[in-house]
Amino acid sequence: MNRDRIYRLRPGWRLQWEEAQGRHVLLYPEGMVKLNDSAGAILSLIDGERNVGDMLDELQERYPQAPADELQTDVHEFLDEAVQQGWIHHD
Amino acid sequence: MTDHTPSTQRHTIEAPLWLLAELTYRCPLQCSYCSNPLDFAATQGNELTTEEWLDVLRQARAMGAVQLGFSGGEPLVRRDLETLVSEARTLGFYSNLITSGLGLDDARIEALRAAGLDHIQISLQASDPDVAGAVAGSRKAYDKKLAMARAVKAAGYPMVLNVVLHRHNIDQLDAIIALCAELDADAVELANCQLYGWAHLNRNGLLPSREQLDAAEATTARWREHLANEGRDMQLLFVVPDYYADRPKACMGGWGSIFMSVAPDGAVLPCHSARMLPMTFPNVRDDLLSSIWYDSDAFNRFRGEDWMPSPCRDCDERHQDFGGCRCQAYLLTGDPTATDPACDLSPDHHLIETARREAAEDQRSASQLTPRNVHESRVFCRA
Ligand code: SF4
Ligand code: SF4
Repeated sequence: MNRDRIYRLRPGWRLQWEEAQGRHVLLYPEGMVKLNDSAGAILSLIDGERNVGDMLDELQERYPQAPADELQTDVHEFLDEAVQQGWIHHD
Repeated sequence: MTDHTPSTQRHTIEAPLWLLAELTYRCPLQCSYCSNPLDFAATQGNELTTEEWLDVLRQARAMGAVQLGFSGGEPLVRRDLETLVSEARTLGFYSNLITSGLGLDDARIEALRAAGLDHIQISLQASDPDVAGAVAGSRKAYDKKLAMARAVKAAGYPMVLNVVLHRHNIDQLDAIIALCAELDADAVELANCQLYGWAHLNRNGLLPSREQLDAAEATTARWREHLANEGRDMQLLFVVPDYYADRPKACMGGWGSIFMSVAPDGAVLPCHSARMLPMTFPNVRDDLLSSIWYDSDAFNRFRGEDWMPSPCRDCDERHQDFGGCRCQAYLLTGDPTATDPACDLSPDHHLIETARREAAEDQRSASQLTPRNVHESRVFCRA
């Protein structure tokens, strides 16, 4: 996967921390995806400016105990899945 | 807002996620398939004020609600809509405007956008002359609607179109989907009208035949294929009427489980149709929303499974459909605790079959159905 790639959330969708639920949720017209911790952590780095490389660096910094290759695989798999689901896209 | 009335049940009752704010029953249209209550005129002049709505929004958000729908009636009739949208955004709601589009113009789209509205769902009402004209093939007639829909999209909103289907327009589905495709919708809900309120009153004149439904589903399938071939990402969602399904819908995801609706006069309902049930509903003018949600008789009446009659009580599917819709059970059997007759395991399922037969004999044209308006509504208002 391309480290330079920049993802954005689907237009009109919103990622938000929900205190009442203790997790991130992805909000879209008349619906909501409840995210687990790692999905929330990855998606909250998507801002239309950071590229995948930046995201990986930040995640590595935040979770220094995670082996780099595993982190990379997990992030790539999640991003693929999120594209499949139509949550995010890239130019 | 704090939970000031702790209840033993509170541990097991989940917080609401959805608030539907029915801002007004006023509406410039008179759709015979409207699901508003028949006696809606009784609440006229008694609408919640801006301050009261703001308070409702704050309370609901503090309880955990995150999805917010502004509907009605026609919510654009409320001049304070932008104020409410703006507060909703500040509070962290994802707000959806559910509108016929009548009363929308570029300036209002911009003002709503600036206030932080997240989504506009435009209904294509068959009684809307613009859409009727479009379906009939008159190009000029829907230029305005086209422009409005484009403006909504250009403002960056995802565009979800909602088309209410019934026997008088379902045969034109091909033209309707073509119109949606031309509008470049992201998603289209092709929803056969739910038979509540005015739609129930007009039921025999609205319910399509089995043949019409089959043809409509085939048309939808053809369009899905066509769109996929063209590489277009327009979702088509087809909603079959309950009267032709063999299982009921999971109404509201369960009574008092994720959804609450506040009516124009402040009545709080587990579903926007529930007002017709023979029970009393609490009002935000009298009680806090949290005590209504957790502690009121109305919200606890059909929560969970303890209330269920046979055959639901012992049925494996009760966790999926919660025994169906209480309003439909009441409308058809007179008993709100009955199994939804839409289920073919219900001892009352023959009522659905009878309704389909009666509908097949109804020869009325669309213009002969009872229009939803204040004049007709007064007939249903209790003194
Ligand atoms: S269904 Fe028609 S009459 Fe009823 S609120 Fe909607 S637009 Fe108005
Ligand atoms: S019997 Fe009740 S629970 Fe079972 S499928 Fe029918 S409505 Fe649902």
